[in-house]
Amino acid sequence: MAGSRAKDAKKLALILLFTPFALWITLLILLPHVGMMVLSLKEKVAPRVYEYGFDNYINFAQEPIYWNTLLRTGSVSLLVTLLALLIGFPVAYYIAKIAGNRTKGALFLLCLIPLWVSDLIRAFGWILLLRETGVISSALQASGLIDTPIEFLYNDATVIMGLVYTVVLFMIVPLVSTLDGMDNEMIEAGYNLGGNGFTVLRRIIIPYAMPGIVAGCIVVFMLSAGSYLTPILLGGKNSSWFTEQIYDQFISRYNWESGAAFGFVLLVFTSLVVWLGLKLSGQTLSSTVAKS
Amino acid sequence: MLRHGYRLYIVLFFVFLAAPLIAAGLFAFNDSLFPVLPWRGFTLDWFFNDTEPKLGMFHDRRLLRGLYYSFVIASFVAMLSVFVGTCNAFLFVRHDFPAKNFFYILMVLPLVIPGVILGISILAMASNIANSVERSMGIDLELLRPGIFLVVLGQFSFITTITSLIITARLKKFDTTMEEAAYNLGASKARVLRTITLPFLRPAMIAGAIVAFLVSFENFNTTLFLVGSEAPLTITMYDRMVKVGSTPVLNAVSFFLMLGSALLALISVLVQRDNKS
Repeated sequence: MAGSRAKDAKKLALILLFTPFALWITLLILLPHVGMMVLSLKEKVAPRVYEYGFDNYINFAQEPIYWNTLLRTGSVSLLVTLLALLIGFPVAYYIAKIAGNRTKGALFLLCLIPLWVSDLIRAFGWILLLRETGVISSALQASGLIDTPIEFLYNDATVIMGLVYTVVLFMIVPLVSTLDGMDNEMIEAGYNLGGNGFTVLRRIIIPYAMPGIVAGCIVVFMLSAGSYLTPILLGGKNSSWFTEQIYDQFISRYNWESGAAFGFVLLVFTSLVVWLGLKLSGQTLSSTVAKS
Repeated sequence: MLRHGYRLYIVLFFVFLAAPLIAAGLFAFNDSLFPVLPWRGFTLDWFFNDTEPKLGMFHDRRLLRGLYYSFVIASFVAMLSVFVGTCNAFLFVRHDFPAKNFFYILMVLPLVIPGVILGISILAMASNIANSVERSMGIDLELLRPGIFLVVLGQFSFITTITSLIITARLKKFDTTMEEAAYNLGASKARVLRTITLPFLRPAMIAGAIVAFLVSFENFNTTLFLVGSEAPLTITMYDRMVKVGSTPVLNAVSFFLMLGSALLALISVLVQRDNKS
């Protein structure tokens, strides 16, 4: 009898704990997305009269500006992901493997500092540095290197740099935690067996760090493709970022049906890229992002 | 040679990380109407002055109101997300149920959904419900129109994933023999939870609350679609930036926020260190 009572208590606890989880995921994640999908299949034919169909998606496909923006957002985000990996990996390796115990913690905390400051302030800081009347332009003028002010804002290179800046720490954090778990002896063994630095990196370190690399890449890609402030503030009005199109449809044109379709397109597109990345690297979502 | 090069790279990287933050903070103290060089001397006017054109942030009604709304929203989000995060931690660490892996992935999912999409999907659903209630019953559900309540829900929807991960990681390290010992000594379930398990989790719960508070305070993408007339600080600042252009009062706010974040970061480090020893 006591055993069955303990079992009942356990069952009750499970139900009590499952309720908030189920409410959260169903009401705030699943239902809104289903609703968004239904909304995107609606089309206004007259005031208050709607018909279901794929017209919003057909409109999207027929307007080159829209899908060009999507492709641009996707390809720039891939480039940002690659750059973040190339720039972040040496930093993560230094923190995890080379820095002494004391500097390690301090460097790791330093890496996290931008995380504690909002996107808006970071972009604002870059604007103050890079604009025509900004710090870098005036410093170059004062030093006599240039005669007229230079505008560093509103070009693709600046947008890419700004995005890498915003996302690079999301690459470094998972990399540090995977590299931290790696035994130094594995690297030494690689050298003892006659490998040079490059072979050790390619055959030992990178395969070991793969879950961290993939986790970092997924988060960085999603953050970059979903970002709104950085491309708009650093790229100006013509940054043509896809989230800007969604905002435009939703808020400026008040065309929620088409905005929902755009949102869904972005979601499917980014999920596809992530899925492809997982397939190519032989990882799964639970072995990478869910782990960290 | 290679070693020095490597070290130089690390130094340059941190200069890159710090540069825009220093620029954003430093110009708060420049005695000029615009945040540009040259340096015209040190001033605290952009914090405390009470007259135009150099209206300091502590006399700027709209900025202060934004700060207040941000604070209210972030507090609610932190409390709610730590509560649900703690439940989730117990659910996934202590219990077995069918399709557990699937549900765990569902729990992590909100973190990789773009914030803009979370915003529009919640906005669309809330408006949909509010519209049908209004049509069928003639009641206007003010709560489901853009405003503080929706902002809290929108931010809570993905911040809960963060708090769940933080608290789950801590609960996994818990040594269950401690609980068993207490049971053997005759303690009740509620008492063990209150005197042993929850105190063990406290550092993670505090750290989770701090992270949730900060992420909520900083959030822009999700908030943008759900905001009503009570705009939180990031939205107010963005409005000011777009309409007025950059003014040093924004630098003052930036400096103030960086100081606040640094303080909170310090607290969370201390709380976690305290527990290790």
